[in-house]
Amino acid sequence: MRPDLPKYKTSDEVDFVIVGSGAAGGIMAKELSTNGFRVVVLEQGPYLTEADFVHDEVKVIGEDLLTNKPKLQPTSFRKTPNEKAKPQRAIVYGRCVGGTSVHFTANFWRFHEIDFVERSKVGPVPGADLRDWPITYADLEPYYTKVEWEIGVSGLAGASPFDPPRSKPYPMPPLPVKSSGVIFERAARKLGWHPFPAPMAILSQPRPGRSACINCGFCLAFGCEVGAKSSSLATAIRMAEKTGRCEIRPNSYVHRIEMDENGRVTGAVYFDEKRNTHLQKAKAVVVCANGAETPRLLLLSANKQFPNGLANSSGVVGKYLMFNSGGVTNAVFEHPLNDYKGFAVSRLLHDFYELDPQKVGFYGGGGIDARFDATPIAFAMGGLPPGTPGWGKDFKNALAHNFNRTMELFCHGTSLAVETNSFSLDPDLKDAWGLPALCLTYKDHPDDLKLWAWQNQRANELLDAAGAQKKWSQPIRESQLGFHLLGTCRMGSDPKTSVINSDHRTHDVKNLFLCDGSSLVTSGRGQPTMTIEALAFRAADRITALAKRGEIA
Amino acid sequence: MINDLSRRNFLTRACGAVSALWLSAHWPAIVAAAEHAHQAAKSSAPPKFQFFTPEQATEIEAITARIIPSDETPGAHEAGVVYFIDRALTTFALDDQKTHREGLPVLQARVRELFPNLEKFSSATPEQQDQILHSLDEQADPARRHSRSNGVSSSFFQAVRIHTIVAFLIDPDSGGNRDGVGWKVIGRDREHMFQPPFGYYDKDYAGWQPNPAAAEKTKA
Repeated sequence: MRPDLPKYKTSDEVDFVIVGSGAAGGIMAKELSTNGFRVVVLEQGPYLTEADFVHDEVKVIGEDLLTNKPKLQPTSFRKTPNEKAKPQRAIVYGRCVGGTSVHFTANFWRFHEIDFVERSKVGPVPGADLRDWPITYADLEPYYTKVEWEIGVSGLAGASPFDPPRSKPYPMPPLPVKSSGVIFERAARKLGWHPFPAPMAILSQPRPGRSACINCGFCLAFGCEVGAKSSSLATAIRMAEKTGRCEIRPNSYVHRIEMDENGRVTGAVYFDEKRNTHLQKAKAVVVCANGAETPRLLLLSANKQFPNGLANSSGVVGKYLMFNSGGVTNAVFEHPLNDYKGFAVSRLLHDFYELDPQKVGFYGGGGIDARFDATPIAFAMGGLPPGTPGWGKDFKNALAHNFNRTMELFCHGTSLAVETNSFSLDPDLKDAWGLPALCLTYKDHPDDLKLWAWQNQRANELLDAAGAQKKWSQPIRESQLGFHLLGTCRMGSDPKTSVINSDHRTHDVKNLFLCDGSSLVTSGRGQPTMTIEALAFRAADRITALAKRGEIA
Repeated sequence: MINDLSRRNFLTRACGAVSALWLSAHWPAIVAAAEHAHQAAKSSAPPKFQFFTPEQATEIEAITARIIPSDETPGAHEAGVVYFIDRALTTFALDDQKTHREGLPVLQARVRELFPNLEKFSSATPEQQDQILHSLDEQADPARRHSRSNGVSSSFFQAVRIHTIVAFLIDPDSGGNRDGVGWKVIGRDREHMFQPPFGYYDKDYAGWQPNPAAAEKTKA
């Protein structure tokens, strides 16, 4: 039974308004409400639950049931700031209560020590602005552990010799190994590499109100019907609601943060479902709207004091965007893997997490996982080897033979922070509410593409060692579509080059906090959500301490 | 990436999301169509077409039957694909309506051009039908043929091809893919939950053995 949920009036000045209910927003809501604060979460998308989640590829993928809707929210793209951007889909993110954590793959690696101090270690990289974080792995370690235990992460501590130190084992064993994982593990060991069971934010054992994974096979891009995927929806949001102090308000599209003459934010202005405008008053605002919508909201909230965007005295809001580089190599094996059963990834390796730029000739590092994440229609459209006909008997035979025999190696890696890679407001394009649309400017740093090519070679070596009957790498190409939206309001000690400090407080506005992918200083090696959630737990601690000392209100 | 998303690189990073892009660009909303096809499949009375005339439906079905032919295993015909397409065109796929209105006469003209003695596509032999379809397929702008990012299935043949694949492989519980025949063909079980072992390579897995000690930690 659902608890009695509070309904706050918009005129009621709550302690915190949180914008966004995803990986960061959900945890922020849970922590702040648990700590005794009155919280309103404004989420632009609908409040869907397990009963709404189906296996219909058309409804879920084709119609963006869970994701941002290009018709309502158009975007534009250009490679460099001098070009005129063209309207096209530039980003994919979750647009429902729980955000992207509802449909993600749920790979849950921690960042390693190196990710926080890489600038000190490798020095500057030409064409990029590589920086150290103002916090270290050790600062974040307790919060990584908290994520694993509170939301539920499956894994095996100590299985990877490259893992950073941890204070506690995982709360539950890894998910079962898939055929792709066994093939990967055997081949990687032949090559002297160190495969290990993938840490996943998917339950291998049931928890109260949540089933263990039933291996239904509709995982990436789909919502979990049994609550096994540890989304914010299945975890933190429910805990927040149980406190009786947190209201989740869906279908509430925040488009402005208001500020008074004293330089303090007073609340968030949003459209409700009927496009009526409201101001939810609050003592402080925490924006967790993702690495695209958080900078957009600040830019939309420009005022007299901040003509270039709220909390943007540095001018770096929206800049230094990082996507994570990487691509896929596919392979077909002799016998059926039936890899459509289950979650996507069961084995992974981190042997190439930290490459030596002197030896490989570029900056970067990554991880390679074994997976199959294609649902049937997606597979028919894109999963067959190059040269397979697109229709007719040979097409049908290839589908029938390959669907069960195909796996992928997914190479994930670093992206460098480049100033011109950014989200900004498109000068012409408007969304369905008449507000300026997001413009993506992005051109991969050459090292990101070199890393991709380098890892593809490793993937091909592994598949040779595995005895694949056929293998092919997807072509390397510059990014024009973002999934991991990182670095656009980055953390730092210098107000001239960063947007938030290590408490996630904006340098410019005392009672405005930002926490999501935009906070990241470096990209990590491809799986940011675990770190975003650890940051959210930590930020909530910092914000609570500030509030209790009377340093916010 | 978006401008040259071809079938080959469809499974690029975050496949599901890329497919989101691809699919949303190509069929705006086909859910109702799937449901209609499902109802048609369940009903004992012969279903009525809403967009196609019976004659047109015969032609479209003949095309779908070459895209996914019936042989030892079921094809588009057994999956009831034509009903899915009919419903799609009557509910929302307005762009594709035009594509069909313009495409059917083009098909007819092509039949007469290649086989002057033939009245209709549906009365041709399978070999003749393939020849006609290849000509339509090859006639498409090569850039467009392999780049499906422009948001509209401008080519009649490509529109029918894509709808056929979708209708054949969609989750049978959601409509379309009558009796789950498409999934039978590709070997996907219809159960909603599975237990390991899943496949050939994990059935004799001996269990996790630790990696060599961290002392062997190497750097490339």
